[in-house]
Amino acid sequence: MQVTIITFGQIAELFCGKITLENVHDTDSLQQRLVEQYPALVNIKYAIAVDKKLVSGNVAISETSSIALLPPFSGG
Amino acid sequence: MAQQKLLQAKVLVVGAGGLGCPALQYLAAAGVGNIGIVDDDRVSLSNLHRQVLYSTNDVDLPKAAMAAGVLLVLNPTITVNAFPIRLDTSNALELIGNYDVVIDGTDNFASRYLINDACVLLKKPLIYGSIYQFEGQVAVFNIVDENEVASANYRDLFPQQPDNNEVPNCSEAGVIGVLPGIIGTMMANECIKLITGIGSLLVNKLLIYNTLSNQICELDIMPKEETIQLIPANEEAFKATQYSFSCEAEHSFKNVGIKDFLTLMQEEDTIVIDVREIGEKPIITSFEHINIPMSVLKEQGQRIGQKNVLVFCHAGIRSVDAALYLSNGKNKVYNLKGGIVRYNINK
Repeated sequence: MQVTIITFGQIAELFCGKITLENVHDTDSLQQRLVEQYPALVNIKYAIAVDKKLVSGNVAISETSSIALLPPFSGG
Repeated sequence: MAQQKLLQAKVLVVGAGGLGCPALQYLAAAGVGNIGIVDDDRVSLSNLHRQVLYSTNDVDLPKAAMAAGVLLVLNPTITVNAFPIRLDTSNALELIGNYDVVIDGTDNFASRYLINDACVLLKKPLIYGSIYQFEGQVAVFNIVDENEVASANYRDLFPQQPDNNEVPNCSEAGVIGVLPGIIGTMMANECIKLITGIGSLLVNKLLIYNTLSNQICELDIMPKEETIQLIPANEEAFKATQYSFSCEAEHSFKNVGIKDFLTLMQEEDTIVIDVREIGEKPIITSFEHINIPMSVLKEQGQRIGQKNVLVFCHAGIRSVDAALYLSNGKNKVYNLKGGIVRYNINK
């Protein structure tokens, strides 16, 4: 299975746009896999949305899920 | 009817910058009867591309008063109060308590969390907007219904305040001014809808707009039970909360303008540090300095033993954290306020 991840803000710059990951089944494993690929992510706080809903805790991800990673930013 | 509601409304806009200017302009034009403007900063030339209430004649004058003047010429029938102060825990509750709606157009996390928590405590709706490079976010937080149930607030989205150096935030001046213009106008739109009771608001939702791709993304935010534990329980707890780390630092470093910065540089036993990341432009060659990026400053900073330490970055936000970190009681630390962008240093 393959999930597509949309990113925003600082994380979009880190990832250079959309990325896809194989074999992730929940948000915990997703975060773990992302940190392996992008170690700088450890230092960034961000919110995760699954199917356009912000989630907390570990949430299951299905093949059709859309994932968004959203770091805070404060410019004005 | 709707016009009457607008006339009776009291809206406090915190931050009269890139987001605050367009929001203020449309609120005044729409006839919002009582507008408060909180901003302790002065107009600077490098911000005029996005702070559209000001002109070249206003440079170095206080933003709150200049904005109020423009709004009153636009609509003399309304009341506009300028508060040329920094919103902090000592004044926020009183100030916000006098208004019906708060618009957050600030540019730092400390203010954003402070405003959010104050609005939750006072049960005031908060219109939120924020920008980063080519992306903007808008939401309406903390709408309390007749059963006293509040909608999501900023801490349901991002529970904990990030460190200032965690998120680079010095590139606002580099953004195209249209982005805060769009986001600020959307904030005014949500505010007018809220006051007049029309349409559907961005309640329990976050809208994200990308100016490069024109993509709009809406995400659902749900109020979480645990969020309330992150917010000070009462006025006393709020006043005792430390939001801004720069407050306690007022004694440990000094903000200086470019004139003093260049003079201080000549003193003996002095080091000048650029804390921007490698690759950030412009590369400064007009005065001697070393580069220690913020990301490695904590590893390498201890080695700095000079008596005078001068720090700078793009817009003078990251360098505040650097100044804080580097001051050790034995040295004198100076921060270039507003960064190189304020003084148009481009080489």
